[in-house]
Amino acid sequence: MTQLVSLIQAAVVFGTVILFGATGEIITEKSGNLNLGVPGIMYLGGIVGLMGAFAYESMATDPIPAVCLIISMVCALAAAALGGLIYSFLTITLRANQNVTGLTLTIFGSGFANFFGGSLNKLAGGVGQISVATTSSAFRANIPALAEMGFIGKALFSYGFMVYLAIIIAIACQYFLNKSRVGLNLRAVGENPATADAAGINVIKYKYLATCGGAAITGLGGLYYVMDYIKGTWANDGSIEKLGWLAVALVIFATWKPKNAIWGSYLFGVLFWLYFYIPDLTRSSQEIFKMLPYLVTIAVLIIVSLRKKKENQGPTALGLSYFREER
Amino acid sequence: MTCLDRSCAIRMENITKVFGSVVANNKVSLEINKGEILSLLGENGSGKTTLMNMLSGIYYPDDGQIYVNGEPVTIRSPKDAFDLGIGMIHQHFKLVDVFTAAENIALGLNEKGKLDKKAIAARVKEICDKYGFDVDPDQKVYDMSVSQKQTLEIVKVLYRGADVLILDEPTAVLTPQEANKLFAVMRNMKKDNKSIIIITHKLHEVMDISDRVAVLRKGEFVGALDTSKTNPQELTDMMVGHAVELNIDRPDPVDPQVRIMVENLTCYNSDGIKALDNVSFEARSGEILGIAGISGCGQKELLESIAGLQKTASGSSIKYIPAEGEEVQLVGMSPLKIARLGVALSFVPEDRLGMGLVGDLNIAANMLLKNYQSGSSPFTNKKSSKALAEDVVHQLDVKAPDVDKIPIRRLSGGNVQKVLVGREIAANPNVLMTAYAVRGLDINTSYAIYDLLNEQKKKGTAVIYVGEDLDVLLELCDRILVLCSGKVNGIVDGRSTTKEEVGLLMTNLVKEDE
Repeated sequence: MTQLVSLIQAAVVFGTVILFGATGEIITEKSGNLNLGVPGIMYLGGIVGLMGAFAYESMATDPIPAVCLIISMVCALAAAALGGLIYSFLTITLRANQNVTGLTLTIFGSGFANFFGGSLNKLAGGVGQISVATTSSAFRANIPALAEMGFIGKALFSYGFMVYLAIIIAIACQYFLNKSRVGLNLRAVGENPATADAAGINVIKYKYLATCGGAAITGLGGLYYVMDYIKGTWANDGSIEKLGWLAVALVIFATWKPKNAIWGSYLFGVLFWLYFYIPDLTRSSQEIFKMLPYLVTIAVLIIVSLRKKKENQGPTALGLSYFREER
Repeated sequence: MTCLDRSCAIRMENITKVFGSVVANNKVSLEINKGEILSLLGENGSGKTTLMNMLSGIYYPDDGQIYVNGEPVTIRSPKDAFDLGIGMIHQHFKLVDVFTAAENIALGLNEKGKLDKKAIAARVKEICDKYGFDVDPDQKVYDMSVSQKQTLEIVKVLYRGADVLILDEPTAVLTPQEANKLFAVMRNMKKDNKSIIIITHKLHEVMDISDRVAVLRKGEFVGALDTSKTNPQELTDMMVGHAVELNIDRPDPVDPQVRIMVENLTCYNSDGIKALDNVSFEARSGEILGIAGISGCGQKELLESIAGLQKTASGSSIKYIPAEGEEVQLVGMSPLKIARLGVALSFVPEDRLGMGLVGDLNIAANMLLKNYQSGSSPFTNKKSSKALAEDVVHQLDVKAPDVDKIPIRRLSGGNVQKVLVGREIAANPNVLMTAYAVRGLDINTSYAIYDLLNEQKKKGTAVIYVGEDLDVLLELCDRILVLCSGKVNGIVDGRSTTKEEVGLLMTNLVKEDE
């Protein structure tokens, strides 16, 4: 039982990181922009959130948790949206190749984050010394009365608020895409921008907003990772990048539907941590288990392709830039 | 005629639009009254669609002024056009495949509140009842027929309260019955005081449906006439500028010899349905063999089998018999192998930019696609392709700013086809196959293509011409093979047969045991 609880907890924490990433990327991709800069944007959100919190905590003698939260959130959202803006400007306005731009953004984000992560550690007194204790505990705060309610409490209520925020955002996005007029317009932009344009939708505006907004959500994944998952520290170990790619895989797994991303993210978490709970695994056989999320994604791709249902495919114009007077 | 009063729905004044160095519209002035159907007539590339795209906000004019109901307006985007009550039904439908009819209609409306599909469905029904349409709001677009999609497009525009409807070659994709239904609806809309502009090539439709005709030629406005006071001959003259010889040249074949012998050819399409059933015929040198048939009766598979692109069932035989030397069995060979055997086979496929040419490459590079095999150096010889491209452009009068910069997809349909045919002919073929070589081309370009085919015929090439216009087949071809549901339903002499005979063969399968 304790084992099950700890697997669920590990899966939920892990899943939350990629749920933010995948939800943001779904919004982006629905506008027809395939942003492969997800890991880079997560890096940006994580490191800038950390920098904001670190600056505040080292300046204030008695840091207030709520202020810590707000500062790091605003920093992360702004940095991630800015990453999205760079991508948007290059691919939408200059019509650069989306794949190349996205990959470049990933390289940029990881370089930027590791450079400043290293610097922060140095400022804090050496490798692994950085810590934003107040901010991190604010992120990890839960309601003790609920969290200690036995199995259910531990499995469902023992997390920081961002776990629930991720679910709320995903549900809101699901509703937004399928029930609202703006969501309908956004989907049309990703499916067939020429049609959307002829219908009087400002394709460029939609693409910019969806890409920057999506990037902001994605950036929260990085922030959650830094503040909750590794408890307000920093390590130049590339684990955000790994999670970023899993978020991209999750988009496909979820067939571009946020509601599927919710349970998909936890499933990925369970699959990823499964090796920890299976006895007698050697280091090398562990790696096979860590591969499971990717295998499942491939299986889903095969099944979806075989079923040939158009609703389960990605947006038709995904990866293509749009130019109205193109003939 | 100037219309300053309010009966004039739209007035375009001195509109000019330039793409690169090509002037698409030069100082065009046009007007349309309320409750009127105006035909916009012109050859391919005469700037009809460009002009209308400026009215619907897809393009922005470089110069000139547009007036709506007498007021000067600026149309910067399709949304501006909608706000002014102008809606366009494009030749390529602007619909989202995975959306339902109602979702497509709601697109971009930006009305307040939640997406209420019931309310949309109710209004759609109201419009349908008023004008006589039939649309199911919950049907997905990918499940719709072409005619249903077009209906949806019109309903979509009416839903937005458009008073001016522009239809770009609406009947090109419709059967005659569907076209008549469309015309009936158009008349209903006219009664409702809507203005309709219909872009078309088909003169009988112009005479049938419109109140007035405006003619464009090479981007310039030639004139506007009342339909009741004109006739097809006058309109043709205005459209082409000079009288077109209506008779297609047909020289007698000289010493015809069998070049391609097809025996018992059977093949299946990608759905596993028999596309060709036991087809046998021969194509002879110095002769044009026409292939007639309702579209989708195996024409595509037939040509692709000969070209080595289609898998054939066992028992099929396609023999190539050269003037000198041994005959070659083409079944089971790839196009490359066929070419290496020295069979000079040229193929102008139906899908020009999909199979024939690469849209993103320039003219010279497209020439290279055919001759990159020649020469022994591992490097490509760009000079010879460029020279060939310039030859083709010069000889066939292709309108292109240059041969080695502009991507070929930016040229108009007729010019793309000229480049493709020019390239295939430049290879000095013994067998030349063309599929719908003049589809979508204007009269002058079509005649230029007929001349090229006749030239090949005189040179002793075996020409196979798959066509859809019976009049052309009857005037151009020496023999006509009629396909019906994948079977050869008769091979008739082009000089003695009648339209009725071919038409009958196309639609009625002759029983095998007779």
